[in-house]
Amino acid sequence: MKTTELPAVGRGGGVRAARPATAGPVTVRWRSLAVGAGCLLLAFVFGVLAVGGGDYPMSPSDVVRTILGGGSPAENFIVHELRLPRVVTALLVGAALALGGAIFQSLVRNPLGSPDLLGFTQGSAAGALLVVVAGGGSAALAGGAVLGGVVTGVVIYALAWRGGLHGHRLVLVGIGATAILTGVNGYLLTRGRLMEAARAMLWLTGSLDGRGWEDVFPLLAAMAVAVPVVLLGCARPLAITEMGDDLARGLGVRVQGLRLTLVAAAVLLTSLAAAAAGPVSFVALTAPHLARRMTGAPGPNLLAATCTGAALLTGADLAAQRLFAGHQLPVGVVTGVLGGGYLVWLLAAQRKAGRI
Amino acid sequence: MTEMIVDRNAMAVMHEDRPRLSGSALTLSYDKRVVAEGLDVAIPDESFTVIIGPNACGKSTLLRALARTLRPAAGTVLLDGHDITSLPARKVAKTLGLLPQTSVAPDGITVAELVGRGRYPHQRLLRQWSADDERVVRESMEATGVADLAGRLVDELSGGQRQRVWIAMALAQETPLLLLDEPTTYLDIAHQIEVLDLCARLHEERGRTLVAVLHDLNQAARYATHLIAMRDGRVVAAGPPGEVMTADLVEEVFRLPCRVIDDPETGTPLVVPTARRRAVAPNGVPAR
Repeated sequence: MKTTELPAVGRGGGVRAARPATAGPVTVRWRSLAVGAGCLLLAFVFGVLAVGGGDYPMSPSDVVRTILGGGSPAENFIVHELRLPRVVTALLVGAALALGGAIFQSLVRNPLGSPDLLGFTQGSAAGALLVVVAGGGSAALAGGAVLGGVVTGVVIYALAWRGGLHGHRLVLVGIGATAILTGVNGYLLTRGRLMEAARAMLWLTGSLDGRGWEDVFPLLAAMAVAVPVVLLGCARPLAITEMGDDLARGLGVRVQGLRLTLVAAAVLLTSLAAAAAGPVSFVALTAPHLARRMTGAPGPNLLAATCTGAALLTGADLAAQRLFAGHQLPVGVVTGVLGGGYLVWLLAAQRKAGRI
Repeated sequence: MTEMIVDRNAMAVMHEDRPRLSGSALTLSYDKRVVAEGLDVAIPDESFTVIIGPNACGKSTLLRALARTLRPAAGTVLLDGHDITSLPARKVAKTLGLLPQTSVAPDGITVAELVGRGRYPHQRLLRQWSADDERVVRESMEATGVADLAGRLVDELSGGQRQRVWIAMALAQETPLLLLDEPTTYLDIAHQIEVLDLCARLHEERGRTLVAVLHDLNQAARYATHLIAMRDGRVVAAGPPGEVMTADLVEEVFRLPCRVIDDPETGTPLVVPTARRRAVAPNGVPAR
């Protein structure tokens, strides 16, 4: 946060120049790792608090003891079967959305280029709504969300393709897709019966209520593949590609292959996250911003963004459960309010600094 | 010194006089718009080659094809005897560097970090930052005179400083061949000369092969050891500036009537456009 308060000149002349005149990546990587570790710790604390709350309160030490395998049968049931799946879902959904958002923001070189605004989330919503209108159960709904997201991803990719994928075309096609799909989703809602429409609305807001392990595993499996591929294989070439396609190619980056891999990974992560918790708003947009501010490092900051997202959603879900006693909010309401507020604050701060 | 020259001759014989970088029968196009057809071009080894020509003649397109960032619709670019599109991206990136006309410095990146990104093709997943990288980055910054700016943010620099930082990044790539697309654009005259002096020094001291697209004919004639003049996607003339840069050629390539005189500083050709009307004397009266 410090960097935002300082004028631009102070940032370079003061804080950074104090560093020895080395090429820096080592320093930067340390700070990114520290931010990542800090966020994971925060997410863990939020998670323990969330597991400890409810009709049967447990102290944080009891929660940790039970998670480590030392709980009574009642505690075991409450923690492992009832409350932990929800927290783990929040953790994974937050991480997946944030990573997907960071990838898209970097690919389209636009800080607003999150999957919510590029049509991918609406695609998942359309898939899920189709299932709801057809009267399918919650497993089918999750499947519909994944399928809708992936099909939208393929269609947007194909439409934006013109001798290669370029960021600005992806934005234009994505905004078009968002508009069309929003209309389709509205129509689908009116077609559903009242009960179905209410259930659909709750899903569309994004909620972690009553999540079980069966909601966790598909997302966990996808993340086990996608996260290492993206963080280890794609983070550095992605940072290079932010400087321009020609420059990146000149440095030996296979730009189009990289983009295809990253779009596939981001679409998969975003749709599976939507399948698990609904299209939770603003996490994909805000988490990468927050992460960049905390690390102070240029580039996509994928690792830090992923961890920030995990902390953000576990924190938001904790707030959603506790904010109003006896009345739970859907987590999407909390992220929407928090994310929207953050965006307004960001605009105000940028305006004050004379950047916009 | 003599030994080196002998060595170079031996190398040339070994390569059957074929330079390291050349293009033959190139057809270059964006989508369906053909920019050049049947283009043959050779970049002499260890030359400072400058490509000149009017706007939209295909200079930058040719440079992009030579750098493998644009795949020719037909024909081949040969790098060390191999079709450049068949070589692995990383291998090409260790041999040939490109500084495009428009590159974006990421927000909040420092000079040292940006220059460090030039090391990308030399790095591996498990060996990301070595003492060797550190040394090359320092040397590149020293060679371009930006070592004092190492900790500064690139956004805060002047245009001339920023261009030197980009060149430092290209140097950090440590390639024997370096292609620069209009490295002097948007710079004032002093910074233009500064950048060109830097290029000349890199060429002379390190024996690098440099290829640059330039707009200023007099700068091209002064700094180039080899000149390529293009028009409408064709190479009109190629050779030493003293032979290529004639009034007839400038007229043919740029449709600009001119006189070519000796540069009083260097003796290289100096292009003086023919006056459309008589010069105005200091008192405002046309001189007769």
